[in-house]
Amino acid sequence: MSDLINRSAAELADALGNGETSSVEVTRAHLDRIAAVDGAVHAFLHVDADGALEQAAASDARRASGSPASPLDGVPIAVKDVLATRGLPTTCGSKILEGWIPPYDATVVARLKAAGLPILGKTNMDEFAMGSSTEHSAYGPTHNPWDLERIPGGSGGGSAAAVAAFEAPLALGTDTGGSIRQPGAVTGTVGVKPTYGGISRYGLVAMANSLDQVGPVTRSVLDSALLHEIIGGHDARDSTSIDQPLPGLVEAARQGASGDLSGVRVGVIRELAGEGYQAGVQQRFDEAVALLVGAGAEVVEVSCPHFVHALAAYYLIMPSEASSNLARFDAMRYGLRVAPAGVDDPSAEQVMRASREAGFGDEVKRRIIIGTYALSSGYYDAYYGQAQKVRTLISRDFEAAFSSVDVLASPTAPTTAFTIGEKLDDPLAMYLNDVATIPANLAGVPGISVPAGLAPEDGLPVGLQLLAPALADDRLYRVGAAAEALLEQQWGAPLLTQAPALSEGCVA
Amino acid sequence: MTDALIPFDEALERFDPAMGLEVHVELNTATKMFCGCPTEFGAEPNTQTCPTCLGLPGSMPVVNGKAVESAIRIGLALNCDIAEWCRFARKNYFYPDMPKNFQTSQYDEPICFDGWTDVQFEDAAGETQTFRVEIERAHMEEDTGKSLHVGGSTGRIQGADYSLVDYNRAGIPLIEIVTRPIIGAGQNAPLVARAYVAYLRDIILALGVSDARMEQGSMRCDVNLSLAEKGSGALGTRTETKNVNSLRSVERAARYEVTRQAAVLSSGGSVLQETRHWHEDTGVTTSGREKSDADDYRYFPEPDLVPVAPAAAWVEELRATLPEDPRAKRDRLQAEWGFTDLEMRDVVAAGAVPHIEETIAAGTTAQAARKWWLSELARRANEQGVEIGELPITPEQVARIQALVDEGAINDKLARQVFDGVLAGEGSPDEVVAARGLAVVSDDGALGEAVDRAIAANPDVADKIRDGKVAAAGALIGAVMKDMRGQADAGRVRELILEKLS
Repeated sequence: MSDLINRSAAELADALGNGETSSVEVTRAHLDRIAAVDGAVHAFLHVDADGALEQAAASDARRASGSPASPLDGVPIAVKDVLATRGLPTTCGSKILEGWIPPYDATVVARLKAAGLPILGKTNMDEFAMGSSTEHSAYGPTHNPWDLERIPGGSGGGSAAAVAAFEAPLALGTDTGGSIRQPGAVTGTVGVKPTYGGISRYGLVAMANSLDQVGPVTRSVLDSALLHEIIGGHDARDSTSIDQPLPGLVEAARQGASGDLSGVRVGVIRELAGEGYQAGVQQRFDEAVALLVGAGAEVVEVSCPHFVHALAAYYLIMPSEASSNLARFDAMRYGLRVAPAGVDDPSAEQVMRASREAGFGDEVKRRIIIGTYALSSGYYDAYYGQAQKVRTLISRDFEAAFSSVDVLASPTAPTTAFTIGEKLDDPLAMYLNDVATIPANLAGVPGISVPAGLAPEDGLPVGLQLLAPALADDRLYRVGAAAEALLEQQWGAPLLTQAPALSEGCVA
Repeated sequence: MTDALIPFDEALERFDPAMGLEVHVELNTATKMFCGCPTEFGAEPNTQTCPTCLGLPGSMPVVNGKAVESAIRIGLALNCDIAEWCRFARKNYFYPDMPKNFQTSQYDEPICFDGWTDVQFEDAAGETQTFRVEIERAHMEEDTGKSLHVGGSTGRIQGADYSLVDYNRAGIPLIEIVTRPIIGAGQNAPLVARAYVAYLRDIILALGVSDARMEQGSMRCDVNLSLAEKGSGALGTRTETKNVNSLRSVERAARYEVTRQAAVLSSGGSVLQETRHWHEDTGVTTSGREKSDADDYRYFPEPDLVPVAPAAAWVEELRATLPEDPRAKRDRLQAEWGFTDLEMRDVVAAGAVPHIEETIAAGTTAQAARKWWLSELARRANEQGVEIGELPITPEQVARIQALVDEGAINDKLARQVFDGVLAGEGSPDEVVAARGLAVVSDDGALGEAVDRAIAANPDVADKIRDGKVAAAGALIGAVMKDMRGQADAGRVRELILEKLS
């Protein structure tokens, strides 16, 4: 195993900058790693070895001529399969998009290319990002590198597992209710959901447009900041994108790494603790908060009383938007087309119905039905309308909290990774895994999950979630990097060094 | 099956009609409603598309500012309030040529609302009447694609040999203008409907925001109509008649629905709430899809777009720069041009007002401009089945032809040949005159020889003229003109004949 795969993106960028290695070598090392372990992990749905090596060679040429396109020029990356990639399959983990090859790049993908990051391939996910375990992928589940019997979180389990298994130093995820942060927590990696509007959604196949956000999936806080600066910023193709410059994220991460949090006020959210939170999760969270206090932070408990309604509101707004977004998958223009069995000369509507019946999985159908119902005439006010009011109340809870603290903190997910299959028959139990991450999406505020250690009872990773006011993503990087530095000081090394070695070449 | 009808006048004795008119106007913006694709009519199928108007996964809309401006200008011209803040909404339903299976439209927050307009029409007694039509709203939305299933017996997608879909039209900006129920027009209801749509078209044309061609679908009208027992003040069950593609059809369709619904109600039946289709050829409506209140489009605000919030100062600027009201302008032009009511009505009916205006601006008298556009060009447009403005001739060229007549270079008869040449693409009027050799001959040498030939060929006529019957000169002039293929200066020919035979 090449040592190149164990390095952070920042370290790889340094090595590329000083000529110690080349992008082709780095990219090849990661492709070799994918070939060796992805049979067991199944983080990838599609690997583009040729394309990645071609981009790597171009990067090496730029570095050789002294004109790198960005600080991360040449550092390879994996992309969640919900982002449109020109010329590469984009399935969203669904049968209904099998074989669809987009004719265009998502803005974030175009920015990766412009910045010189070779794209290794597309990562597995719950179908249309609907799930918290990646078990709802139509192409089979992804396995958690910490324990292959367990889920890697979801919906972005592929991106988190790829990074945790050293198959990629960086990945892109998307977070609608926690799909970046919760996988980060359960795989011992870093995941950031930026401020809504901070990163273009153009080319992100929407689940819930008012909640979705693209973000970094990495092994260090600094790496997330580096990636965030490359993909972030205004995009005229996305009307909801914010037209103002990003705050200095890399600078904030470097500042935080000093471990000094003097003057920083941290609020611990009362409602995101207690019942439903695994003892070891709570313990590691409390210990991490104690470390922040030791670094000079002022920690207080704050109440966000409406957060208890967040899950209910989310499960009305998200499926409502999703039911409309997914209407376009009708077999008329692209994707799967199925003729109904036993029907001679079927109508277009019959073909649509048969194709959607065959092409969508159960969880997707469940949400389409819920959303269709919630938007129906006579129910709209009681469901969608009411949920929007709850959303406003949650935003006000955040405003009130941020009037007295700089960042908020909670466990990222209430439990560590559960075993594959454990919650498949109980959607509500599955949904509860996002209880701590959903409020940020409803209010549009940014959040980060950083590894907080292993739960004593099962030895699996726990995540510390930090939340900041909209547009203050830099605070996440400062406090997140400080927490990371303080924790790694205790552990003596990054958490992932404690992960069991994956035997190369084995298939789960 | 033929529907039972009762005569219109009889129907109106028992029932009060109520109408609601929904007019869709396709804007003539250079790009589509939510993307940068061009909107040119008649381009090769699917050459004016992108991920957004194809509804590809991941694509997102961006609002066309010019379309918002056109919507506001239409609203202002219809005396509407302009929303300080409004949103787009998704109208969800499945249709094969609708790329996203929802239409991005506006629902409870239209950009223009609460307007009115006064329409004028001539009633059955020939009296000019004015009727106020209240505008409920005007909102922005996008058009769908067009599909064509080829082969097979059913026209369905699977039975067809193949299916064609053209998405060039998908995403073209539309403005939908909806009236409040038009009540109290009584027997004039069909005339009011027609006058409203005609006046709306004039306003749209004056604003320059659409070519508003009903026949080509860039302006489409749906006629909602219901009947209630006379004097009851209630609203009956309505039908929505689609596909009403001319002003005349608006009137006829409204009239037909009155007679049909009256027959249904008179026989104790009840009107079915449904969509009906107008058939121009047979002049009847037939039942389409049954439409009930169960139709549920599950509207909700479009989450991919931010609200449209036109600045008050901008709206005022647009209000200040509205064009002259088309009816006021017509009255002014009629006075300026000195046309009779009848002449003006013909000019308006032919759609020739702007062309005559420009021809006059290019230096022609009003009567001459009217003569050419109405006698010569309107007839040709009619023969070819095109709008007068679609003829390949400009007002400047018409003015030049008249100038050639005024200069004596050609006469009216030759002018018609010049029109032929210009319309056939042979060049400018001067080029056609030169190329076809159409200039009038007033050279005495050539004319004298032709006169001599005419006298020699018609000795009887010549004798009569010698005997003092000057009126007989006409026959000789005709012969000379024929000889000269119409290019002789008729006045000079007459003088020469009389000189030679005196």
